[in-house]
Amino acid sequence: MFAYDFMRHAFAAAAIVALVSGSVGWFLVLRGQSFAGHALSHVGFAGATGAVLAGIPPIWGLVAVTVAGGALMGLLGERLAERDVAVGTVLTAALGLGMLFISLFTTGAAQATSLLFGHVLGVDAATVWWMAAFGALTLGSLAVIARPLLLATLRPELAEAAGANLRLISVLFLALVGLAVAEAVQVVGVLLVFALLVGPAATAQRLTARVHAGIALSVALAAAIALAGVALAYFTDWPTSFWIATLSSATYLLAVAATAAG
Amino acid sequence: MIAVRLAEASFTRGRGAVLSNIDLAIPQGAFVGVFGPNGAGKTTLLRAILGLLRPTTGTVEVLGRPAMRGNPAIGVVPQSHDGLAGLRLSGRAFVAAASGIGWGLPRLTASQHHDVDRVLHLVDAAGYAHRPVCTLSGGERQRLMLAQALLGTPRLLLLDEPLAGLDPQAQAATVRLVGDLQRRLGITVLFTAHDLNVLLPALDLVLYLGGGRAALGSVDQVVTAPNLSRLYGTPVDVIRAQGHIFVVAGATRVLWHGTARPEAAQAGQGAHVCL
Repeated sequence: MFAYDFMRHAFAAAAIVALVSGSVGWFLVLRGQSFAGHALSHVGFAGATGAVLAGIPPIWGLVAVTVAGGALMGLLGERLAERDVAVGTVLTAALGLGMLFISLFTTGAAQATSLLFGHVLGVDAATVWWMAAFGALTLGSLAVIARPLLLATLRPELAEAAGANLRLISVLFLALVGLAVAEAVQVVGVLLVFALLVGPAATAQRLTARVHAGIALSVALAAAIALAGVALAYFTDWPTSFWIATLSSATYLLAVAATAAG
Repeated sequence: MIAVRLAEASFTRGRGAVLSNIDLAIPQGAFVGVFGPNGAGKTTLLRAILGLLRPTTGTVEVLGRPAMRGNPAIGVVPQSHDGLAGLRLSGRAFVAAASGIGWGLPRLTASQHHDVDRVLHLVDAAGYAHRPVCTLSGGERQRLMLAQALLGTPRLLLLDEPLAGLDPQAQAATVRLVGDLQRRLGITVLFTAHDLNVLLPALDLVLYLGGGRAALGSVDQVVTAPNLSRLYGTPVDVIRAQGHIFVVAGATRVLWHGTARPEAAQAGQGAHVCL
């Protein structure tokens, strides 16, 4: 299967997304902001379809809107990011807007499906390079903010007393979540970003109580799930996103069963 | 040597003055219980000492220098809404996270690892520090937060309502532990609470805030009917019985009493299951 360009691209894209989603997702789950990540992907859908309508490559619209949306969420404060109804309303409106944009351009359904559910086998070489660049930027930035982010997550009052700028940390982190979401959408689509951003991280946090081991496990699980998903899609002809979503959920449920029994 | 000095310091919140024209000198090495009705400025005072809040007039000095944010000489247990019920990280990882807030990866140096071990032993938490925080009781979590405050070499410890949500036994144990640490490490402690009685065994001084004013002194000096009547702005009686102190407004309303609130006791107990 490595003989085909599209398969090599798919594996490369899956690996990049796994690295980014596994590490950003670990902090996202720790902060209890999973739903914010979900919302950002829906907002990104409107961005991507809007970009197509404007004649710009959809990845640019996606990245611009998710990063800006994340930063805005951080600016408005932690409380908004955790307010289910407000976030849910925004994501619904964004999804509706995305539908409008799709109806306005002619190639309609195929592009909509690949945005909603992912189309990793259609990723070209140029997109892989963009993803690698965005991925390096995300991981590098996360490494810079990781220490204050951890304390701001566990003990915000303590971090503030120690001189940390909570709002700045929150804005930077949610902007990185925006980047991670834009990357994950390339593989699993808007509707399934949970599968790589939240599933592996939540599983890892059930299996280890340590920080570095947890992040490493989260990345390893995300990589195993994403790469196995691409390979299984090749052999079965079933969609990659189906396999990734199924493997992610199954891994989490297994971890829940194992830890509940133990 | 003075640990905390306020000179003609005033603080406002919204329209009203919380504290006005406060002069205060807390000697180093004292265990100070900070009391007062809700909104009397207890948290305001602690935030001012931390440099998070500037006085509208006057000055705040900590250990001889103007109050500043991120002062390494201060250890703090902020009033927290304990969002830790679902936290699956170990107690040790939780404490270690407070080792620093500089940019970079949360890696600890060898000396920071030693420091985490030291503070876990100080608060007697080494035995359960490997367990996920969500499996620990309220009292055990409280000790981990105290351990975070002891990282480094603090000379002043600020504890904001550390007894809230603990059952009576855990409250008494926390007071004993803090009093013990204060003597062994020779540090100054400011401890805000609602119930004077549970703090009596450890107290050196009482700081009472009320009506924008402050009174600092021994229990016998400060907790008197005339003093508290002035701070409350209403007639108050102080009744001493069987080693307990009751502060009563008029003839009926008990403002302080020695029994813990039962609903608060519930919060810190029960089986702990990680969801």
